[in-house]
Amino acid sequence: MPEPKEPIDPNEAIDPNQAIAPTSGFGGGMDLAATDAETLEKPPGEEQEGGPSAKPRSLWSDAWRDLRRNPIFIISALIILFLVFISIWPGTIATQDPLAANLAKAQDGPAPGHPFGFDNQGRDVYTRVVYGARASVTVGVCATAGVVILGSVLGGLAGFFGGWWDAVLSRISDVFFGIPVVLGGLVFLSVVTNSTVWPVVGFMVLLGWPQIARIARGSVITARQNDYVQAARALGAGNSRMLVRHIAPNAVAPVIVVGTIALGTYIALEATLSYLGVGLKPPTVSWGIDISDASNEIRNAPHMLLWPAGALSLTVLAFIMLGDAVRDALDPKLR
Amino acid sequence: MGRYVIRRLLQMIPVFIGSTFLIFFMVYALGDPVAALFGEKAPDPATAAQIRHDLYLDHSLGAQYLHYMKNIFVGDFGTAFNGEPVLTLMGDAFPITIRLTIVAIIFEIIIGILLGVITGMRRGKPVDTGVLLLTLVVISVPTFVTGYVLQYVFGVELKWTSPSVSPSAPFNELILPGLVLALVSLAYVTRLTRTSIAENTRADYVRTAVAKGLPRHRVIIRHLLRNSLIPVVTFIGTDIGALMGGAIVTERIFNIHGVGYQLYQGILRNNAPTVVGFVTILVLVFLLANLLVDLLYAVLDPRIRYA
Repeated sequence: MPEPKEPIDPNEAIDPNQAIAPTSGFGGGMDLAATDAETLEKPPGEEQEGGPSAKPRSLWSDAWRDLRRNPIFIISALIILFLVFISIWPGTIATQDPLAANLAKAQDGPAPGHPFGFDNQGRDVYTRVVYGARASVTVGVCATAGVVILGSVLGGLAGFFGGWWDAVLSRISDVFFGIPVVLGGLVFLSVVTNSTVWPVVGFMVLLGWPQIARIARGSVITARQNDYVQAARALGAGNSRMLVRHIAPNAVAPVIVVGTIALGTYIALEATLSYLGVGLKPPTVSWGIDISDASNEIRNAPHMLLWPAGALSLTVLAFIMLGDAVRDALDPKLR
Repeated sequence: MGRYVIRRLLQMIPVFIGSTFLIFFMVYALGDPVAALFGEKAPDPATAAQIRHDLYLDHSLGAQYLHYMKNIFVGDFGTAFNGEPVLTLMGDAFPITIRLTIVAIIFEIIIGILLGVITGMRRGKPVDTGVLLLTLVVISVPTFVTGYVLQYVFGVELKWTSPSVSPSAPFNELILPGLVLALVSLAYVTRLTRTSIAENTRADYVRTAVAKGLPRHRVIIRHLLRNSLIPVVTFIGTDIGALMGGAIVTERIFNIHGVGYQLYQGILRNNAPTVVGFVTILVLVFLLANLLVDLLYAVLDPRIRYA
């Protein structure tokens, strides 16, 4: 029977190059409709601002539109930009040397040119607060980058392929979850003598990746069951193409949210470890170390504690607020 | 139910072995306990070798670990470097930390859930926004900062409580440290309860309960709360282990001689038997708390049945 065979020629239907076209064409059609609807309700002047109009309005552009109107996002983003700026160029707003000590002025209060006063060794608290941003931001950004990359690759692959690798990974992450973080940090870092930020970053990546791996695994499993992924598979897309083109863009939102919030908590963790004497070590300027030094003198010179503590809290707050705002924007359930 | 518990207990074994081996590896392989015994001085090689032999340190790491685990099962946690059995140290330290954790959990449950219900019921109102902002601030300020500030305000300035805790650590002295320990988790509990309550207030069964004329408090407590508490219970359960291990900072601030204090001293002096022993118990507590949480689900939600 040659007649019915002709229209469903297997070569044509399963050819991967052909298979992609209908998928994206279908998606493009849908999005075009959405864009059309949008252009109708939108004044034409806004078109350029919202990105290229030919591009479909995705979850991301929706989220970005929400975020631009969220005052919490704007405030926290400005704080973070400022922090990044002063951690790269601290000299622009603090002209003194953070290590220059004048014992005669130890624990003195504010003086002209020294708005925050002096610490135990007569160093300028303001300069040290400014320079302390670098350690915190470096640890936070590097640890988060490491955790997100490692966690989402391991967790995403486990969620996608399942099987024995998934089972092994789940057990491994259980092992890491069983160790309290501060405790593990104390044990691991107390044997390290290197005083740079890298052992601290390494430790956080080591203990932090299971958290992201779990989330990435969960969201990949959810995304994998979606109809468009099944469609792509039926049309013959390979594993790598499905992961990169179809699953990753739809599974990455929870990872970004948790990553942003985690960035704040890593900064707090670094300060806690430095406070306990195993994190960063002098001469690195760190808020945690300064708070630890000041904590014994809180009755005599509270300013030594309050300024670095305030800076630290503000930094953590900014990242957590940013994460919160991003989550609200990315969560379709709240729309 | 029984089979489920047994299966879970069996699943805990590899996790327990993995976690304890990881800590064992960090303490015994990355650090050198014998060198730590001698402090700054370099040990005499013959003495060091003898000590290594006495402490079973001249075997491979795997053999050392097996030896250690074998001893634990007969209740021998080894001897701390000052000659005290680790078990005695634990007997002194754990009751104090357990009391501290209980105080913290009570704070979490009472204040956290109360705030969560209030804000969840009034979503978008000024109370809600204010409490939400407050929880963000509480989460952002590190424990050691809140600890010192509260200690200074309540202990030194207002003299409501003593700034440091006496060695026996009775409950009334642990109220402030317990609050400090609980604060961050308290904020999480509030946020979790709020989200959960806000989702469930629109549920059909709540509307039904209101429609059939139940008083408001009964709707909230019997219907709304019971269904909304499941994620909160999960959080509090997993938090038990974190609180006990995380008490290091709080115990240091208030000079409480509990688990965190012993661990901190042990880690700084590289006192290997103390560290490994205490961490082993903490890992066990964490795993059992997780199991307890899963079993509690069935109590809270009758739809969940474990075969």
